[in-house]
Amino acid sequence: MVQRKTMRAGDQPWVKATLIGAAVALTVLMLVMPLVIIFTQAFSGGLQTYLGNLTDSFTLRAIGLTLFVAALTVPINLVFGVFLAWLVTRFEFPGRKALITLIDIPFAVSPVVAGLLYLLLYGSNGWLGSWLADRDVQLMFSWPGIVMVTVFVTCPFVARELIPLMQQQGREEEEAGVVLGASGWQLFRRVTLPNIQWALLYGVVLTNARAVGEFGAVSVVSGNIRGETNTLALHVELLYQDYNVVGAFASASLLAGIALITIVVKSFVEWRQARQRAPLNDQTENR
Amino acid sequence: MNQSPSGLLPGRSSQPGKRVLPGFALSLGVSLFFISIVLILPVTGLIVQTAGMGWAEYWAVITDERVVASYKVTLWAAALASIINGVVGLLLAWVLVRYEFPGKRLMDALVDLPFALPTAVAGITLTALFAPDGWYGQLFALLGIKVAFTPLGIIVAMSFTSLPFVVRTVQPVLEDFAPEDEEAAVSLGASDWTVFRRILFPAMWPALMTGVALSFTRSLGEFGAVIFIAGNMPYVSEIISLMIFVRLQEFDHAAASAIASVVLLASLILLLGINLWQARYLRRLQGR
Repeated sequence: MVQRKTMRAGDQPWVKATLIGAAVALTVLMLVMPLVIIFTQAFSGGLQTYLGNLTDSFTLRAIGLTLFVAALTVPINLVFGVFLAWLVTRFEFPGRKALITLIDIPFAVSPVVAGLLYLLLYGSNGWLGSWLADRDVQLMFSWPGIVMVTVFVTCPFVARELIPLMQQQGREEEEAGVVLGASGWQLFRRVTLPNIQWALLYGVVLTNARAVGEFGAVSVVSGNIRGETNTLALHVELLYQDYNVVGAFASASLLAGIALITIVVKSFVEWRQARQRAPLNDQTENR
Repeated sequence: MNQSPSGLLPGRSSQPGKRVLPGFALSLGVSLFFISIVLILPVTGLIVQTAGMGWAEYWAVITDERVVASYKVTLWAAALASIINGVVGLLLAWVLVRYEFPGKRLMDALVDLPFALPTAVAGITLTALFAPDGWYGQLFALLGIKVAFTPLGIIVAMSFTSLPFVVRTVQPVLEDFAPEDEEAAVSLGASDWTVFRRILFPAMWPALMTGVALSFTRSLGEFGAVIFIAGNMPYVSEIISLMIFVRLQEFDHAAASAIASVVLLASLILLLGINLWQARYLRRLQGR
């Protein structure tokens, strides 16, 4: 970083102080206080009640189902995201831009609509669902349906993290690898992966955070069967509507914990990437 | 700016159209298979379902009085929420890029909280804060304003969940902004406001618009955070996603899909518009 002595807009002390003050106040009011209230509510009945709420058998079942759904969703979207990012950043072909727009659909679509799409297709009245029902396969209102909509909702995250980075890095290093005789897998593992590992990690963490916390889409296809198709996010709603607010916030505190881990990982990944780029920036500044 | 080194090297490689790298067929196959199964097939299902309805019935369902009221509430709340986010997001992005102060990195990290926090958790948390007996609700009650369980609550929930968009789109533009014009203007005696209006804002506004549009799109579809705080009164504080949900619980799949088709179409048009806008704006940046 070069220290600048010249003045820029907003450098006068009183402007600076006002703007920083306003930003800090807004951050505290809009982002810090919500976190504070989650944990104060969760612990408002004391530690014993908190632990009691979390070890309640329905809560434990909900935690188990949630982890199971995430454990299936994340690897599926990891593989898809890497293949898609490789495809659109390493090759030119007609329809490439359309493909990049297509994978943004889950970001734009309301989660309730997402759930409905799957319910219509695979529900017992749907055209695939009725065929499956004849063969005694039920996907909706049971865990496969939850996994399917969660895959839909979280499929852009890994690809979205990888595409800009891989675009920026270019394909020269991999092409050099091909010239040196590397196989496809060697190329990916030895050349590509070290370059994208941190972005990939963040993509996975984001996918996981959303998979664990998805609410709208899951509530359409789950049927909310307590102890069976109740994920943690649905469990929060259920407890809240039973007027068990402290219990709802106890479950919510687990989800908030995952959100906090996600944020920490993101900061770490950005720090690593800034360090990776640092030598490059020095070069360009010296030119 | 950001010119790829391939243009500088005497390269045989990287010629467009020539595929040197392996895995084209495999990655194309995997991607197309996945996209067809996960994205395109379910969307087709919705089209088939709605095509089965007669036009008159379709029209009656999507122009039902209660449904129209929910379009209005959702559009108004999303518009106001994204305008609020435009102002707040611009402020946060500015402070994070331009100034150094203790806690800055923490603030930068916290901006992502609304994306990381599950929407249902955001919903019960905001309700607890803004309910009449909550920390914020009590203050608003002194002013005679009710936030939770009114359309105001919908705006609060929508602005919370889509807050990061504007910050994260404006931030990189501000970071890359070349200081020469600005320094020249300041040294010639232009006021902060003039510099902001004449130099900074024209450079930032495409990114700002993108952020606001993303925030609006997200707000239109927001469900989890809103339903807890909205109170969900028919004709007053029911959002459009909730209407779909209500129709589903009445086992009226046809009506649910008709309303969903309207929402889906609106969000696809918005998505396409944002992408075209970004493509145009990015080309302009690179063309400098």
